Amino acid sequence: MKAIKEKHSLVMRWTHWVNFPLLGIMIWSGLLIYWANDVYTVTIFGHTFVRFFPEWFYNLLHIPHHLSEGMAFHFLFMWFFTLNGIFYVLYTIISGDWRELWPQKKSFKEAWAVMLHDLHIRKTAPPQGKYNAAQRIAYSAIIIMGLGSVLTGLAIYKPVQINWLLWVMGGYHMARIWHFVLTLGYLFFFLIHIVQVILAGWNNFRSVVSGFEVIEESSPIKTNEAERN
Amino acid sequence: MKQKGIKKPLTVEQQIKRRNFLSFGVFGLLGATAYGGWRWLYNAPAETPGVTAGARLPLRRALNKTELFFRRLVFNETHLVKTYPVEMATKNVRHNEDIGAEGEIDAGAWRLEVIKKDGSRLNVSLPEIQALPKTDLVFDFKCVEGWDQIQHWGGVRFIDFINHFGLQEEIKMDYVGLMTPDKGYYVGLDTSSAIHPQTLLAYEMNGKPLPTQHGKPLRLIIPVKYGIKNLKRIGTITFSNQRPPDYWAEHGYDYYSGL
Repeated sequence: MKAIKEKHSLVMRWTHWVNFPLLGIMIWSGLLIYWANDVYTVTIFGHTFVRFFPEWFYNLLHIPHHLSEGMAFHFLFMWFFTLNGIFYVLYTIISGDWRELWPQKKSFKEAWAVMLHDLHIRKTAPPQGKYNAAQRIAYSAIIIMGLGSVLTGLAIYKPVQINWLLWVMGGYHMARIWHFVLTLGYLFFFLIHIVQVILAGWNNFRSVVSGFEVIEESSPIKTNEAERN
Repeated sequence: MKQKGIKKPLTVEQQIKRRNFLSFGVFGLLGATAYGGWRWLYNAPAETPGVTAGARLPLRRALNKTELFFRRLVFNETHLVKTYPVEMATKNVRHNEDIGAEGEIDAGAWRLEVIKKDGSRLNVSLPEIQALPKTDLVFDFKCVEGWDQIQHWGGVRFIDFINHFGLQEEIKMDYVGLMTPDKGYYVGLDTSSAIHPQTLLAYEMNGKPLPTQHGKPLRLIIPVKYGIKNLKRIGTITFSNQRPPDYWAEHGYDYYSGL
């Protein structure tokens, strides 16, 4: 028999979906800023492996160099991005939901097994609560990344007035590189996240919009199965 | 789920349908609203051109509010920029723009014009400025475009200049304005940033007189601001309680541009 199982609270869903366009705007406006001085490459021992935006890219897409526009958007939406993050973290702490999100000691060992299972190399995955070990690590890491973006951003934004923060980041150059690398991190996270959501299926996706999952109540083993995602 | 009156309780199937309909309905509605809000912002009319121009009106308002927030929160005149040993200064000082400082200038004929509060003018020659105590500064110059460079500048501290020429009344006003002799480039500064102890009226670069393309004979070096505020070839200095015109703020950039 079908039954409704509550899964995600309203605050979790709301902050998740608000964050999606916010992060999109932050990345887009950040690129407008970056394109004013597009210098980052991945160069090892004098060989350049990656140049993030080669010349043909600008020519092909007629990319505008709208530095002032990028800055204006970036400095408005940074507020919403930061506030949304603070709100989410406070909520998880106050509600106690952090317990099912924050990695446990065993999570780091288990995440490997989860990954092998996801790649169909291993048949069984370790038992889990609402989130599996890999999810705990990924969803906590993304919050720390968000914090990192806000702090490195602040260090670049006020390098004189908040210079202790710049010092913590390893200087102006390093702070900018961290800020950029974190952005690449979001893109990587997004890619994996989307693939996982597709693999997890409709019931799982729906729970992030509506908050509930549908489970088969007759068999307790199946219940565990449905909890997996 | 709340039940009102004596209605028959919904079956699980009905509950699922009902909750799906409601949550996805609200989700879609909020999504559409967010998209509408974004379209509104993206197509928002530009501000009325004045001291600032070229930005969307709501974004300009946000820039100004954000400026005030951070000024009150973290600006402190005693926060100094990091300085470096002189050997670390670059020999190839990057040059970006010549607006307002094109062509040669006769440093001997040049005078710095200071317009005082009462409207009277002070005309100062380069030797008069060079007679004041000299300060050297090796710091990380930051461009709004995102590059930075350790550069070595020498000149008189702006606050020393003010004190020497008896302009204490003038710096009680909120803003300082600087302009090139041809009025082609101009910047507005909040006075607290202008009198920051590391703000220089510079006449030397790497220990030599300023080259033409770096602002000969006198330029501003203000390490608490992005490069766009470091006016080359100063012609006039003014003081006011209203924001003086600012070249890049008229092109959509943040007026304050403070670091």
